[in-house]
Amino acid sequence: MHIVDGALSLPVIVTGTTLAVGGMAMGLRKLDIERVPAAAMLSAAFFVASLIHVPVGPSSVHLIMSGPAGLVLGWAAFPALFVGLLLQTLFFGFGGLTVLGVNTLNIALPAVIVGALARPFLLSASPRRAAIVGGLAGAGAITLTALLVALSLSLSHEAFWASAQIVLISHISIMLIEGAISAALVSFLRQVKPELLVIPLQTRAGEE
Amino acid sequence: MTSFALQRLPALEAKARAPRSLVHGLDARLRVVAAFGFAVFVVSLPNILALLAALTLAFVVAVNAKLPLRKTARRVLLVDTFLIFLLVMLPFTTTVSGPQDQMLTLWGMPASWSGLWHAIRIVLTSNAVVMMMLALVGTLPAGELVQALSALRMPGQLVQILALSLRYIDIIAQEYARLRTAMKLRAFELRCSWHSYRSMGYLLAMLLVRSLERSERVLAAMRCRGYTGRFPVAPTRPMTQQDWGFAMALTAACALIALAAFSPDLSWLEGLH
Repeated sequence: MHIVDGALSLPVIVTGTTLAVGGMAMGLRKLDIERVPAAAMLSAAFFVASLIHVPVGPSSVHLIMSGPAGLVLGWAAFPALFVGLLLQTLFFGFGGLTVLGVNTLNIALPAVIVGALARPFLLSASPRRAAIVGGLAGAGAITLTALLVALSLSLSHEAFWASAQIVLISHISIMLIEGAISAALVSFLRQVKPELLVIPLQTRAGEE
Repeated sequence: MTSFALQRLPALEAKARAPRSLVHGLDARLRVVAAFGFAVFVVSLPNILALLAALTLAFVVAVNAKLPLRKTARRVLLVDTFLIFLLVMLPFTTTVSGPQDQMLTLWGMPASWSGLWHAIRIVLTSNAVVMMMLALVGTLPAGELVQALSALRMPGQLVQILALSLRYIDIIAQEYARLRTAMKLRAFELRCSWHSYRSMGYLLAMLLVRSLERSERVLAAMRCRGYTGRFPVAPTRPMTQQDWGFAMALTAACALIALAAFSPDLSWLEGLH
């Protein structure tokens, strides 16, 4: 999922970075002192989740969990996921520096969209229904991310188009796994701590 | 335990054994700016020879920073399968522009030289950028990185999210390990099955709940100590002669590469890109 330096054209990098900065500004706008520690702690939790490798057949994939991140964080998913990507880049060398903005946009924008779409359905959902909505949100976020990655690549260079299509197909297994795990995750939160899902972090009133 | 031990962040490991070198003594702000500047520079380089020169430059800095070579090579070469796939596909997906551009034909699919050169350019670019970044920024202790980004005017809330995440990633990873141990004692094994995925979903949900509750306790404790939404910023020490020396040497090296790469006298190189 990480696009590396040198693969994208300048217009794609500039557009993606501008949009990502806009998204982060939206995310930070309403994030006051009360909510900064919560955003940071959830950012750390999603970072830890991204280090977990789950077996798929003979191979394994690492989790992304951007769907649940969008549900729990709202627009704050932008800064939170940016921090995660920044740390992966700086310390592990995943992704790249000039494409940091594009990578953030490709993961955080689907999270925000899916979170906003799914949240209304969770207001009074039964655990079973919450699982269905959560599963769709988890799989949907990955689908959108795969589409955005394919779009960034094929807009950069027409030769990427054929490979981008195959990238989309190869992500079907990740969509299914993220969907399955998100379904259980959201259903659990619906029963144990519903306020985490129903009110995005940004607009949550003082927590104590 | 080891089967699900998480990779630790290098910057969080004990600093006592940190090697001393020219790079380690440099100003943190300079290191961050240099890494980003170098990335932008490398991405705009036009041909393979220039990229090879940039990669060599990055390698020299990495050797000076005493990056553990084997570990770094593994990290630098570790691109996801997705990228490998893209690169292998490129010669086949780039349209062959003429008879001399045709490299070979595999199962009826023509492969082009221009596609192959394109793939090599991407590999060289990303490796040069990543190596320079690991050498300059990856060797920074977490605290210095945060201070540097703050001094470079990263928005305050973003700096704090970064600082607190860096502080708590390890603790949340331990929380995760504890929950996994508890599951293991109940004979849970992570497999490719719906049961595994559901259990992992519950586990991650629990991790989120505990993280949020921890953040409430941390906020309360920070308030008790007079937190007003800002972290105290250590006064930045001025740039030393050594810092300026490194900045100028790096700029000069990049200028030389750029001069050679864009010089019209070297137009014969264009066949290579």
